[in-house]
Amino acid sequence: MNWKTFYALLSRDGHVARRNLIPMLMQNLLQPLLLTFVFGRILTTSGMMQGAYKNVLLPGIIAISMVLSGIQAVAMPLIAEFQFTREIEDRLLAPMETGWLAVEKIVAGMIQALVSGLVVIPAAWLMMGSGVKLSFHHPLEFAAVCLLVALLSAAGGLTLGCSIGQTQIGLMFSLVVAPMMMFGCAYYPWSALSSFKVLQYAVLINPLVYASEGLRGTLTDVGHIPTPIVIGALLVMDLVLLFAGLKRFNSKAVS
Amino acid sequence: MGIGIRIEELRKVYDTPPPMAARGAGFSFTPIRTKSPNEKNKEKKKFEVVALDNISLEIRPGEVFGLLGPNGAGKSTTIGILTTRTRPTSGRAFVGEFNVWQEQVKAKRLIGVVPQRPNLDFALTAREILVFHGAYFGQSGRERTSRADELLEKFKLTDRADNMVRSFSGGMMQRLSIARAMMHDPEVLFLDEPSAGLDPQTRLLLWEIIRDYHRLGKTIVLTTHYMDEADALCERLAIIDHGKIIAQGTPRELKSSIPGGYLLRLRFDRASEELLAQLRTLPGVSEVRGTDHIATDLYADRGGQLISAIVNSAQAAGVELRDVHISEPSLETLFLHHTGRSLRD
Repeated sequence: MNWKTFYALLSRDGHVARRNLIPMLMQNLLQPLLLTFVFGRILTTSGMMQGAYKNVLLPGIIAISMVLSGIQAVAMPLIAEFQFTREIEDRLLAPMETGWLAVEKIVAGMIQALVSGLVVIPAAWLMMGSGVKLSFHHPLEFAAVCLLVALLSAAGGLTLGCSIGQTQIGLMFSLVVAPMMMFGCAYYPWSALSSFKVLQYAVLINPLVYASEGLRGTLTDVGHIPTPIVIGALLVMDLVLLFAGLKRFNSKAVS
Repeated sequence: MGIGIRIEELRKVYDTPPPMAARGAGFSFTPIRTKSPNEKNKEKKKFEVVALDNISLEIRPGEVFGLLGPNGAGKSTTIGILTTRTRPTSGRAFVGEFNVWQEQVKAKRLIGVVPQRPNLDFALTAREILVFHGAYFGQSGRERTSRADELLEKFKLTDRADNMVRSFSGGMMQRLSIARAMMHDPEVLFLDEPSAGLDPQTRLLLWEIIRDYHRLGKTIVLTTHYMDEADALCERLAIIDHGKIIAQGTPRELKSSIPGGYLLRLRFDRASEELLAQLRTLPGVSEVRGTDHIATDLYADRGGQLISAIVNSAQAAGVELRDVHISEPSLETLFLHHTGRSLRD
């Protein structure tokens, strides 16, 4: 393994991300923050929702921003670079096994997902006003969940980015991303689905469920899916997406 | 010094449409649709394109080698395999001592690639493209900055060095692609259709750059469908058509292998066996091919001097000569001789 090359590729992505910092933050954070403001501030302050809902919502918002930014950071450039512009070719010729470029993309995506998560915590907290109770009593579990969620989003981005065509980006958002967000237990805890039994078990294939519930479990004392189960499920999903993504990447990279 | 290339019985069959990089300007593979070998799925047709059909060749260290052929002949696929971008179905390819498909990383260090279509990193400026490319190859900060400056100067891009490449013209992108390929000082430089779409002036600059790089003892492999380019630049050539090498040698050898050298393409108002037989007996004529007798290709060791004799023969046979085109010995006529088709067909 050629770490110099790997680091150079990572610095290239870092450089590009820094150059596009403002649009990137807008793209990844504006939507979650608007959601936070509407659901966490307007609806709770007006009394249409209970104040305790803030604690349910915040972990979900963090999960959404992490997952979205990781997917976008990896998938969007890949879709363009593998197709019309073929920009990625120069990096595929870098002296390193092809698969490591995919790994580099995942690391870059994870960093972006973690940064988004870290930025959204204080921003959303401030926006919700008083009454949010976050606890950092389980720092190790919290770190593990964050890392697994970041990996999940980046590996998911790799799989999506290598699977869909440029003309299908809109379709990806309406068919994959939108249902994932709505049924990802981000705006309500998983237990809230108990009156919809079929749905409650169907959503378990949605990785965002584990991201939301995992963060809920490690940041708040709202009822949630037990953290060990969440971590186990995240691990399995990470591995599946990683495997699928690397496979798709290699078949795209070499004709 | 210098690195050679060896290709042994390379075969490439695409089972999905090949990527843009290997398609050339116009996609013109001849798709061969065959029944699936799986007996159970007899009904199911399988997409299959034979892009390379057992090609073997050797490129010597330090030479400028040209792969010449029409679009879809298999040139880009050959380059793709040698540059780790296309996996061969069978056969082996070596860059220097390294088997490209077993020691990819070592092979990658030796090669620089200029693609058919510029694939510059649109998120970066011209200078950054070069500097990051150097970094991928492990160059130190100082080394890559000075080399990037040097190349930008040489390729007349210094005044645009800090602009994003999105705004560059086709010629500038092409120059930058070449500069990028040279950034890590590769021993072998691959150029896939380097002058496609360039204006004549830029083309001459490009040729000069290629010759300069060659003087440093580097091996250069280029593909082209311009005969004059192959003639002007290449020490040796392989002519490829339909995935097969149909001729190989120095441009001079290849040209002298055409019977007669001159090609006269004649067109008569009607077919006449008698006339063809008569033409064969004219002085200096080595071969007469009548495709449909109306259009006739005549190979001879002389050109214009034959016309009056041809006209006389035609008149004697009661046939009218409608059109004459004389080609001097060239690779174009060679290609025509081997394939019966013009390069641009």
